[in-house]
Amino acid sequence: MPAPTLPSENPTASVASLSGYAIEFDKVSIAFDEKVVLDGISFQLARGETKALFGVAGSGKSTLLKLAMGLMRPDSGRIFALGEEVTRMSEQELFELRRRVGIVFQESALFDSLKVYENVAFRLMEEKTPAEEIERRVREVLRFVELEQTYDMRPSELSGGMRRRVAIARAIITEPEVLLYDSPTGGLDPVTSNTIVELIVKQRDVYKTSALMVTHRLQDAFTMATHQFDKATNQMVVLPKGQRCEVPLSFLILRDAKVIFDGDAQQLATSRDEYIREYIS
Amino acid sequence: MAFELELISPIEVAKDVALAVQEYTLLSAQSLANFFRRPLYMGDMLQQADLIGVGSLPIVILTGLSVGALLALNAASTLQRFGGITLIGQLVSIGMVTELGPLITGLMVAGRNASGMASELGSMIVTEQIDAMRALGTDPTKKLITPRIGATAFMLFFLTIIADLLGLIGGFAVAHLIFGLNSRQYWTSVWQILVFRDVFTGLIKPVLFGFIISTVGCYYGISTRGGTQGVGRSTTQAVVAASVLILIVDFFVTKLIFAIFGYR
Repeated sequence: MPAPTLPSENPTASVASLSGYAIEFDKVSIAFDEKVVLDGISFQLARGETKALFGVAGSGKSTLLKLAMGLMRPDSGRIFALGEEVTRMSEQELFELRRRVGIVFQESALFDSLKVYENVAFRLMEEKTPAEEIERRVREVLRFVELEQTYDMRPSELSGGMRRRVAIARAIITEPEVLLYDSPTGGLDPVTSNTIVELIVKQRDVYKTSALMVTHRLQDAFTMATHQFDKATNQMVVLPKGQRCEVPLSFLILRDAKVIFDGDAQQLATSRDEYIREYIS
Repeated sequence: MAFELELISPIEVAKDVALAVQEYTLLSAQSLANFFRRPLYMGDMLQQADLIGVGSLPIVILTGLSVGALLALNAASTLQRFGGITLIGQLVSIGMVTELGPLITGLMVAGRNASGMASELGSMIVTEQIDAMRALGTDPTKKLITPRIGATAFMLFFLTIIADLLGLIGGFAVAHLIFGLNSRQYWTSVWQILVFRDVFTGLIKPVLFGFIISTVGCYYGISTRGGTQGVGRSTTQAVVAASVLILIVDFFVTKLIFAIFGYR
């Protein structure tokens, strides 16, 4: 699978400090009306780590991502992002924190009244970045996701997969310290899904950004566990047998509002839990 | 197909109403406070002013002319009986400037723009664009709501002046063409009857109505739930709520101004 030319590589923030947690959930619960969606959820995402989050539809995966960004408030428990307690911050304080976190929404959530470059540049324009700098960086990330030709197009003119890639470009343009992916391959055909997974792997291996990825597709996570991005050939390649990925990848499985598994691929493969065995079979 | 009738407790309804009022009040207060906080999105405000003001101009021109003409036509049949046809200008003037100009313009703009705001923001809610904006570090109340409030209040003020003027012209057309009143008689009586209180009443109302239209439209948009069906529901509710609120506020503002300045 060939990949495009890389933008200027600057793996600074995320690999600089691998200590502490990028995201931490401590006994977090939330219910909508009578339905308990998350019940006492606790887990940590280490800096530089990628964690794949699984669960059946309606198990609270997207809610969990929104909680991590402070887009929703839990009923109880504490949430930390990049060392700051999200659950204690006001909305105004959260706006500052969110500038250091990128998110790719399930349906892309591109602003349909804006063009692709305006979508991608949204955060930079809000920060009053000079126009030439904005154009340079927008073209750079669009090249990264192989969509430079869509610069002047509107989201309605793009396919589902292209919209997802533009959403990734929008999320990474400010080189965030943590990336949250909400079902980035959901509803896409296998070929397009592979393109998206390759982009995520590329982002992971080039920038070493911490990432929390919600997905329904176990094969996406296994592809991420068994592949790495080769900068020399500019494409995703299979890891040699027995070699582990440079960036740690772990799995988190939700069931009935609780975490039933939190571990690496090895532990997942050898799990004796019947539900997990059925899930991964 | 069997239908089940679910009875809702009046206490639950009261709680929901109280919660909606609380959320609306908070949203309105926050959006007003945003006028004093940076950044102020002037570009977005100008864009909204164009959409709301210039976009509403044709409908305001049409209704202003029609209402003025109808007012003159209806008033004339009564005035003729008492030989007071020359007072027609006074009646149209007072009616348009203090009451019908602001009210009709407010209701027209509510129908056009409260629904537009509710559907636009509602669509942004259901497609997670509002969440995306928050996630990108931008306050949606600053970027989306405050510019709409500023633009609606500002533009409704001028739209009302235009509607008043066209109402007077419509009234003149009827008075002159149908009842043969001469131009000087009509315009002199129009001008002479108006006092400061009338003009003040007529110009303070559109600012309040503009605030109501934009806050109600934005509130229903931003609190949309339930997909595209929810967007439709929000749109309808926004128009109904804004129109009813305009009528209620109109009554109390008129009463308050009478209490302050006294009756004629």
